[in-house]
Amino acid sequence: MEQKKYWKGLEELHNTDAHQEIVKNEFSEELPFESEGLLNATTPRRDFLKYLGFTTAAAAIAASCETPVKKAIPYVNKPEEITPGVANYYASSYSIDGEYVPVVVKTREGRPIKLEGNTLSSITQGATSARVQGAVLSLYDTARLRFPSIGGTETTWAELDKQVGAALAGLGGAPVVLLSATLLSPTTKKVIGEFLAKYPNSRHVVYDAVSYSGMLQANEAAYGKRVIPSYHFENAKAIVSLGADFIGTWLNPVEYARQFAQTRKINAQKPEMSKLFAFESHMSLTGANADERYTHKPSESGAIALALLAAVGGSVTAPAIADKRVADGIQKAAKELKANAGKALVVSGSNDVNVQTIVNAINNIIGANGTTIDFASPSNYRQGIDSDMTKLVSDMNAGSIGAVLVLGTNPVYDYFESAKFAEGLKKVKLTVSFNERNDETTELCKYVAPDHHFLESWNDAEGRTGYYSFAQPTILPLFKTRAVQDTFLTWAGNTTAWADYLKNEWISKLGGQEAWDKALQDGVVEPAAAPALGGASFAGDIAGAAGKINSGKKGGKLELVLYEKVAIGSGKLANNPWLQEMPDPITRSTWGNYACISNKLAKTFSTQLGDDYEINAEKKVLKVKSNGKEIELPLLIVPGMHPEVIAIAVGYGRGEKVGRAAGGIGKNAYPFVSFNGQTFDYFTTDASVDATGTKEIVALTQTHNSYEGRPIVKETTLEEFIKNPKEVNEDRLELKKFGADFRKDATLYPNYSYPGIKWGMSIDLNTCFGCGACTIACQAENNVSVVGREEVAKAHEMHWIRIDRYFSGDEENPEVVFQPMLCQHCDNAPCENVCPVGATNHSSEGINQMAYNRCIGTRYCANNCPYKVRRLNWRDWNGADSFENNLYDVADMNDNLTRMVLNPDVVVRSRGVMEKCSFCVQRLQEAKLDAKKAGHPLKDGAAKTACQQACGADAIVFGNINDKNSEIYKIRNEMQTDRLYYVLEETHVLPSISYLAKIRNKDAAPKAEKESAHKEEAHHA
Amino acid sequence: MYRRVSILLRKHFVSVLILCASIVIPFSSVKAADPAKGKALFQTNCASCHNVHKKLTGPALAGVEGRWADKKLLHQWIHNSASVLATGDKYANDLFNEFNKTAMTAFPQLSNEEIDDILAYIKVEEVKTPGGAKTPGGDTAPAGAEKGNDNSLLFGIITLILAVVALILMQINSNLNKLAGDKEGVPTPDPVPFYKNKAYLALIILVLFMVGGYLTIQGAVGLGRQKDYMPEQPIFYSHKVHAGINQINCLYCHAGAEKSKHAMIPSENICMNCHKAIKEYSGPELTTAEGKKVDGTAEIAKLYDYVGWDPEAGKYTKPGKPIEWTKIHNLPDHVYFNHSQHVVAGQQQCQTCHGAITEMDEVHQFADLSMGWCINCHRTTKVQFADNNYYSIFEKLHQDIKDKKIDSVTVEMVGGTECQKCHY
Repeated sequence: MEQKKYWKGLEELHNTDAHQEIVKNEFSEELPFESEGLLNATTPRRDFLKYLGFTTAAAAIAASCETPVKKAIPYVNKPEEITPGVANYYASSYSIDGEYVPVVVKTREGRPIKLEGNTLSSITQGATSARVQGAVLSLYDTARLRFPSIGGTETTWAELDKQVGAALAGLGGAPVVLLSATLLSPTTKKVIGEFLAKYPNSRHVVYDAVSYSGMLQANEAAYGKRVIPSYHFENAKAIVSLGADFIGTWLNPVEYARQFAQTRKINAQKPEMSKLFAFESHMSLTGANADERYTHKPSESGAIALALLAAVGGSVTAPAIADKRVADGIQKAAKELKANAGKALVVSGSNDVNVQTIVNAINNIIGANGTTIDFASPSNYRQGIDSDMTKLVSDMNAGSIGAVLVLGTNPVYDYFESAKFAEGLKKVKLTVSFNERNDETTELCKYVAPDHHFLESWNDAEGRTGYYSFAQPTILPLFKTRAVQDTFLTWAGNTTAWADYLKNEWISKLGGQEAWDKALQDGVVEPAAAPALGGASFAGDIAGAAGKINSGKKGGKLELVLYEKVAIGSGKLANNPWLQEMPDPITRSTWGNYACISNKLAKTFSTQLGDDYEINAEKKVLKVKSNGKEIELPLLIVPGMHPEVIAIAVGYGRGEKVGRAAGGIGKNAYPFVSFNGQTFDYFTTDASVDATGTKEIVALTQTHNSYEGRPIVKETTLEEFIKNPKEVNEDRLELKKFGADFRKDATLYPNYSYPGIKWGMSIDLNTCFGCGACTIACQAENNVSVVGREEVAKAHEMHWIRIDRYFSGDEENPEVVFQPMLCQHCDNAPCENVCPVGATNHSSEGINQMAYNRCIGTRYCANNCPYKVRRLNWRDWNGADSFENNLYDVADMNDNLTRMVLNPDVVVRSRGVMEKCSFCVQRLQEAKLDAKKAGHPLKDGAAKTACQQACGADAIVFGNINDKNSEIYKIRNEMQTDRLYYVLEETHVLPSISYLAKIRNKDAAPKAEKESAHKEEAHHA
Repeated sequence: MYRRVSILLRKHFVSVLILCASIVIPFSSVKAADPAKGKALFQTNCASCHNVHKKLTGPALAGVEGRWADKKLLHQWIHNSASVLATGDKYANDLFNEFNKTAMTAFPQLSNEEIDDILAYIKVEEVKTPGGAKTPGGDTAPAGAEKGNDNSLLFGIITLILAVVALILMQINSNLNKLAGDKEGVPTPDPVPFYKNKAYLALIILVLFMVGGYLTIQGAVGLGRQKDYMPEQPIFYSHKVHAGINQINCLYCHAGAEKSKHAMIPSENICMNCHKAIKEYSGPELTTAEGKKVDGTAEIAKLYDYVGWDPEAGKYTKPGKPIEWTKIHNLPDHVYFNHSQHVVAGQQQCQTCHGAITEMDEVHQFADLSMGWCINCHRTTKVQFADNNYYSIFEKLHQDIKDKKIDSVTVEMVGGTECQKCHY
């Protein structure tokens, strides 16, 4: 197999001069990077002596200080279940914006410090996403509202209740409207119902910032149910995504990514996997993981759906698709769908009722209903109907609304005509916000009655009909907040406390206290046996929908599409430094949004890819105009973008009051949304772009840590894998010339045996979708620092596990590979040999250890690491050194409140110290200790790393390779011998992490063509 | 010829002196038994029953060597006391009877050299005053605790005398030279007074530098260490009364020691389990370290005040407030220490690290809690290798035991001295 060429960015593909320069200099800046001039001073020797004298004196003074006296303060009355130093776990639910992820909360000394997926849930099965992992940090957000207020001044709950009660009574029959995001809690809805029943004409309007109204309405028209069905990707052999990023952001990605991963597990004994087609306008996470990917303009999504319907045998006349590649792709996808009828699924990200109707028709023809789509137990993930919202806004402006109560939604920021909403709000007599922070909408509300964070509250959630998950307080409320349900009950005149209300409700449903206790302990209540998947009879108006699509919005020369970033989503969790700093899976950018364009389009603004492009963090700023609105954003060239499309992420451009992390970062793209009379459109067709001449930093991590073209990713196609499973690892045969056992025979040094445990990890490139949950899980578990935009731009980011994204093929239609990269814990580690102080060395369990207190920060180890996984603390991110004013804190990460999220079993590192992945040694030690105390050998699966536990796709397997019954042993020696490889194995560094080669389910390209395509770049390799 | 030698001698005086010193110094460190090793062994094996100065379960060990007629017999006694008793040795049998016929635990695993190390340690300890210095607050002075034993003092004195003699000889030599020169009419420069002599000055600076460096490093190493730290506590709580006289199990109050990294200061409700009934102190008289008398009943009243208990009414009358104890054993943040690891998995006694806690009215820090102290113990302590099935995976070590290559497995042999066992 010839070597395919992989590139992280276009500069690497074209091998620009600046790229060569950056490859040469691993540490891009000179030392000392913040105070120049010391070495150029006119009397450096004298200065040196002065500094020397001063520091010696300072050290002497510091050393003579008294040791501080510490206090040990026990409980007065220790709660029985708390043992200081031992974690407690409580089941809870993440149900923000309709996403449904049952979780388990790890608390230490009464502080929640980590969220894990709840494995008892059959829907998510323990999977999490980056946002779920990050949600624990939002609990300690310094920008949360701390007390109820009236007109901006603090008040008591009693006073607020009194005034709001009076205001409600004085409405004189004018309707009360509760405006909320999608709520999954049935009992909360019951409470709301009780409250609204008190007021005639009142109503509950559900508004989702990123709406799925089109889908709900299409399903209502076609199946008579205004619901979102449950999807079963795990049953699908052929999947077509029409712009639905179900792995990254669509509806409940945690659930779908896990299901999809089950169809991508493959080995030589069972060489079969699903095939995913993606048709989209910008490069999404789903597109990046697709076997076949095609790009089109957003205005063409209806035409593509129609063409696909026609191709699978629907009786419609589809408009011609101009792009031949896409037209061929549709035929190919249709062929695959028909061949797998009953095991096929089409999903669409469009919010257009007509497009969704056509998608329903396709699913009906290919037999998806009842097999991969379940209408018997539908999902509740989104419930907002767009026309309800627009009607509310016009009613408000007409002055006919008495009260607006805002719960967990922020229309002044994310409604497309936010000015109109704000204007209307002024005409409403009573405005109340229950939001957790002083966001754009809350600022305009007179009464602010902040709700608890979900980790402080009682709640339930019904993600899928009949599938319940519960939330219970894991910490006493940090502030003077009150559960919104308590507020409603009070205002409705019901004196029952919400906790009792919920309990009584469930005890009557479940039949007793014991069942309720068990439900709380498990966190979920699900049907004893999974109900049979239910189909539905399709009765949609295909011809009508087709007609409307054909006569709908005409495509323009340049179109704009809005999308959600995997980490930030709609923007509700925007003030989360972890999520802001998480590199976007595709663009590898942090802290902000930008205008994604293709290289072809970039050339028209003379931002040719060249020496000044990807190497410099500063990007040219574009003025993007559309719909009569305009915003200025830096451009970012993204391979795989349609050449006539600009993509901008929503969720940015928040006000300063939202918090230090989100405030002032990026621009708000929601104003580009439009209403088509039925639903919101998240694209425009009349975009235009001008260069402004200014530049702005986009903090990319993409060009950091270059491998200089060495082969580190392996992939093959399904066809080739079936033909010869061993082919993908042909180059490993080269190692045989060193002897039968490469480990022992290829070195002069004696082989070290690992007497007890030997830790090892395997990462499956076929099921790593690049979602980044592991990165944030690692950050939460290991107290990894947040460094901020400026420092990321200097390549100072601290993530212990990063997900390298490689493109291959041509830049307009590239293929993408994600490769999680973390310390490989080499048994022959190059970093260990060069440390002058022995701060990094090897353990008898195969862990490459890092003793922070020994490290003096020479960075020799980082220079010598072939995997580029070592991270230096360039600044004092944590206040860990004893000098005041040395702290570098961009996002309130060192506030006493925020620091409560720190894992007390892991130290924070000080400035000038190297750090890296430790294989979560604190978890390994804990698991070993538990086994020792119980007196049995360590069981497989008892020790899990944070990244492994967070991964919904189970791409990461970790364990003791000396244990012949462990999963990792079986993968390496039985299950996956064909796909298994080690990165840079030929260097004999003996990594402890093995990778499984990626397999693409696509037609094997003829070799000759492949070679000629890459010949021109051969000089680089 | 004579002159040349003397010049040479004078030129190389400093190096000669250093040479002398370098010969002398290593000698001083060659000794039959190592008290430092002995200290570790003592703490692991002996401290739970013996103190150097005080009678505990076993006799005070100061002067133990002198009390035994034969060192061999003493070795035998420690290896297996029953075998000595069987010989009918009078001293041994008297001792046995004195301690209510409590047999001393046999230590067959200790080699004669190791026992000598322990005896050396006892010898070092017995010259120290019992109790040791008690300095509340930071104890940053270089410990220098291990005073050189008699030999090194002797060698030091000899070195000093030799140096003085050399100095005098040099002076005589130079004076004679001058006289000889005067006699022969060779003009010689006036002798430089010794305080202006560059060689002497250099020597003095060097010595000062070395001494200063040594003291600085010792001071720096000792920073933050608080051996013998004994702060005053808000309540005069006597471990001697509770754990010693009244024999309350340590784990009754410090329940976390079996479950958690923290042993846990007991919450006040634990105190009240007994003190609801025990309202007065009637035990032996209590005194503070400074010799002040303590009224035990008043101290119990302090507890009642904290916890809000009215002993007259026999009920809680006000909300409790926590007692702010001063923490004695402080480990740096970058150390992970787990009590349950040592108490449950390692089967260690509390006394191993905390000393004779049952003898302490006021608790002081017994060990210096330095890394060297930890490591030493990990090197010598044996794991429950055969008894704990966790270790069954170490097949090679089990084979080695079977093959009699090793007789036991220390913590170090299963990775107990690696960085990330404690630092992460």
